[in-house]
Amino acid sequence: MAKLVFLGRLEDRAGCAEMAVTPGPLADILAGLDPALALDLLGERVRWALNGKLVGESEAMVLGEGDELAFLPPVSGG
Amino acid sequence: MTADVRLTDAAFDPAALLAAFTGQFGGAGGVVSFLGQVRDGGSDGDGVEALELRHYAPLTLPGMEALAATALTRWRLEGLLVIHRHGVMLPGDPIVMVAAAARHRREAFAATDFVMDHLKSDSWFWKREKTAAGWRWIEPRTQDFADRARW
Repeated sequence: MAKLVFLGRLEDRAGCAEMAVTPGPLADILAGLDPALALDLLGERVRWALNGKLVGESEAMVLGEGDELAFLPPVSGG
Repeated sequence: MTADVRLTDAAFDPAALLAAFTGQFGGAGGVVSFLGQVRDGGSDGDGVEALELRHYAPLTLPGMEALAATALTRWRLEGLLVIHRHGVMLPGDPIVMVAAAARHRREAFAATDFVMDHLKSDSWFWKREKTAAGWRWIEPRTQDFADRARW
């Protein structure tokens, strides 16, 4: 399996902090989610990290077995 | 010189940390420290019962370490301490402490200010507050971006 991780307010939207998904094209994985959540994940202020490294936000990505894709909304720390 | 950078889910004692830090750097003529604590009243002045900071382990501590390393290249410091809480905190609890020791005070002031501005606007933390109405995620403040742009 692959894993999606939702940070900050995206966790509330998703209803969970992480979700196991079948590996494959990200477009297919997003199509299987609640459309409102998928739209939020594709929001222009949301950054992505694949296996702990920031990556460009591309729906053309393909998730392999064991991959972890994190969705990072704007930070609010300190 | 390497910085002491910590991310912890346990409460910390700012006075004890500062005493240990200053004791380590007797050669420094100046030590500047900043302490951020959970405000009574929250960001809108409404009664905050608790604050939670979430992080993302693969990014948060490595990002803090990179920030501290940048500060060390920009200012001549004898020592630098950066400690940040995550998890649930109550009003009055320490959230973050930054301390810089330098031979001359201006470098210590500037490095501490720089690290705090970047912790607020750049570091991988997400904050929510609990009031009588429940939990609410806090959006970034435009002032935080303006503060970062000073550098």
